[in-house]
Amino acid sequence: MNSYVVKRLLVLIPVLVGMTLIVFSIIHAIPGDPAETILGQKATEQSKEALREQLGLDKPWLQQYFMYLGDLLKGDLGESIRTKVPIAKEITPYLAATLELTFTAMLFALIIGVNAGILSAWKQNSWFDYAAMLLALIGISMPIFWLGLMEQWLFSIKLHWLPSIGRMDQRNPLETKTGLYVLDAIIQGKWNQLWIVIKHLMLPSIALGTIPMAVIARMTRSSMLEIMKSDYIRTARSKGLPQFFVVYKHALKNALIPVLTVVGLQTGSLLGGAVLTETIFAWPGVGRYLYDAISYRDYPVIQSGILIIAFLFVLINLIVDLLYAAIDRRIKYR
Amino acid sequence: MSKGTGKLLSLVLGMTLLLSACGGGNSNNASGGSNGSGASDQPSSSEAAPSASAQDTLIVGRGGDSVSLDGSIVTDGESLKIVHQVFDSLLEYKEGTTEVEPALAEKWEISVDGLTYTFTLRQGVKFHDGTDFNADAVVFNFKRWSDPNSEYKFEGDSFDYYDSMFGPDGSRVIKDVTAKDDHTVVFTLNQPQAPFLQNLAMTCFGIASPAAIKEKKENFKNEPVGTGPFVFKEWKRNDSITLEKNPNYWKEGLPKLNKVIVRSIPDNSARFNALQNGEIDLMEDVNPDDLTLLEANTSLQKIERPPFNVAYIGFNTKKKPFDDPKVRVALNYAVNKQGLIDAFFAGQAEPAVNPMPPTLWGYNDQIQDYTYDLDKAKQLLADAGYPDGLPGEYTFYAMPVSRPYMPDGKKVAEAIQADFAKIGVKVNIESPEWATYLDDTKAGEKDDLYMLGWTGDNGDPDNFIYTLLDKDAIPGNNRGFYVNEDLHKILIEAQKETDQNKRSDLYKQAQAMIHDDAPWIPLVYTTPILAAKANLKGFVPNPTGTEYYSSVYFE
Repeated sequence: MNSYVVKRLLVLIPVLVGMTLIVFSIIHAIPGDPAETILGQKATEQSKEALREQLGLDKPWLQQYFMYLGDLLKGDLGESIRTKVPIAKEITPYLAATLELTFTAMLFALIIGVNAGILSAWKQNSWFDYAAMLLALIGISMPIFWLGLMEQWLFSIKLHWLPSIGRMDQRNPLETKTGLYVLDAIIQGKWNQLWIVIKHLMLPSIALGTIPMAVIARMTRSSMLEIMKSDYIRTARSKGLPQFFVVYKHALKNALIPVLTVVGLQTGSLLGGAVLTETIFAWPGVGRYLYDAISYRDYPVIQSGILIIAFLFVLINLIVDLLYAAIDRRIKYR
Repeated sequence: MSKGTGKLLSLVLGMTLLLSACGGGNSNNASGGSNGSGASDQPSSSEAAPSASAQDTLIVGRGGDSVSLDGSIVTDGESLKIVHQVFDSLLEYKEGTTEVEPALAEKWEISVDGLTYTFTLRQGVKFHDGTDFNADAVVFNFKRWSDPNSEYKFEGDSFDYYDSMFGPDGSRVIKDVTAKDDHTVVFTLNQPQAPFLQNLAMTCFGIASPAAIKEKKENFKNEPVGTGPFVFKEWKRNDSITLEKNPNYWKEGLPKLNKVIVRSIPDNSARFNALQNGEIDLMEDVNPDDLTLLEANTSLQKIERPPFNVAYIGFNTKKKPFDDPKVRVALNYAVNKQGLIDAFFAGQAEPAVNPMPPTLWGYNDQIQDYTYDLDKAKQLLADAGYPDGLPGEYTFYAMPVSRPYMPDGKKVAEAIQADFAKIGVKVNIESPEWATYLDDTKAGEKDDLYMLGWTGDNGDPDNFIYTLLDKDAIPGNNRGFYVNEDLHKILIEAQKETDQNKRSDLYKQAQAMIHDDAPWIPLVYTTPILAAKANLKGFVPNPTGTEYYSSVYFE
């Protein structure tokens, strides 16, 4: 098991180096002058020239790449061209906000998705099955942007149940320690504020979690149907075990392996979907940070941002792989 | 029996989250959401409905975050909006106008030759860090901006507005700034500058605390210290900026609010949703599509900012056939401005005639706009030698982003494209991403026509005409590469003239020349729309797009 983990970690190094090269070359191939976009239409030519020089943008890109790689090895992610704040410092709160959001969205997707999938398989061809799969189909094809605005319209404007934007009530701010507001509220024992934080999380995580929820529901259903036909389930049934026990204890464990793959992949795509969700819900996360950086051609931020997201993606896949091995001892790294 | 329990249990499992989301939200807000009176012991519900007692915190929603809070190193509006609250300049614009009023300088004397300005400073004013505002502070700030080797010019900083308003290093307008005594400052100029006072009143020339700059150095732009009505408190990037009341503000009885929180909410519709839900009190840039909803909602009010911008289509005069004024005039006749305004601006705009808005002095109201007349356009094209319309196809750059002067560039471009087609001019709309867009139009290689606009920085026509259409603005804001030597002479003369009536005449001449040359199709002057809670009072929208929140209060 240990050597498996080590091997999986070693593979990460060339993957990450390759990633820096790809990200770097793509970003520098995009047309658009950072100096112009950062300083704005109203800046003088002179200061744009000075900025380009200072940023090393006048140097050949290969040289720029090695300079970047060198800094990276020293743990220096560089400075944002626009705000001139070190990225490592600047990105932390955004990262915390996005992690909190994606985690909640995944939790929502998992709880609803897995259960809906199980019930659909269990009650195959029932009204519940049809309804759930129809909803899943709608869920997959739903534009996040539209869903988010509709949620706001219904739950905030019409029903006044939930706040429509942000992470916290600005009139009643929360002292931040970890940057994960749920955790911050718990640490400080502020239960009232915890409830407000959770309410702020609900709409964006439903918007963000809907697609993975639908995918997970469909995957669980087909995987369960497959397993339910297998011999060991038939044996379990014939022994007279209660249906609930058969489904949740015996079948689910094996049905979850393919679901786990989907969860891994979907968590990765959540990081991408976060850009839209964060825009609609004014969620100060890494998605918006990146989006802004791209529109301003803030190269260091785009590079580091994508690199961090890619790293997270690789990390999640690593965790999924390790979980496979934990669930099913037959899986080994070759 | 067991089967039933199992089913029930899984249902409960599955629906837990949804139920808690809906049911919980409901029960909690029943006390505060629908009736505000029960809200006092429930901080959470204050967001859904303000308590009955007068509110003293203002939450503003806007589209983007600030870049920096040191106003002298930025040129973007979102930064300056905050800077305006924290800093005072020597002079300021009267609320709702671009008329200059005393601020940190109580009065001033101008020498006959227009080269010496003596300002008497307000006494007893303190910076937020407790240090005194005095003549030395003014000298310190101007030295910092003008001296290229200043130790307080930090890496990567440039004082762009100082350079563009008072001339770049080598051709500075201001020769020297000296402190005559503790509250008298003397400015000596190298040459007279007509809009000098107008420029000094700009937000970017707010006076910063020298002590704070010396202490905080690079970090000053994240923790600004001025003398303004609000004290900077906290900046959560991409989220919110919190300002608190300056209890020692020199204007009697101001500010009325205790706290101002400015939030970044990028999507216009989401921002409007937040306003309707009571999460913010005031919002900028209402979508034209949301206007009917806004007007129908009695708990909200519509606020109109006076038009101080222009949207236009520029011709790339480097390229044929747009180097020919006859062609440009012909195309001017082919644009139905009123139709565009009705369709895409919800009526919140007026047809543009000149390159500057009519709210600005020096506007030439004698000029008759080219009317929408396709037959005449065809006729003029024929006169210019194109009886069958223009040969070939042209690239028309339409803005990919929404701006106060142009909410939806692509739709407007499509409507114009259709009209052009009727007179035999075929254009293909291209709308590359914004950074590329600005790059390409500045280079002028790919586009034949382009759409852009401008919002004024100060109350001077120079800031429109010279900045956008003079040959000095190539490469830069003159993206049509329009060169007219006679116009250039007039604009330079106007910069040096100190008599405003004479200047006004010069700008009127300039507008007539531009009208005849038609380097642009001026499209619209828009009235940007803001929205606020109905009980918000005292907010005076300013044409420049930057307002004080100090006289705002809630009823």
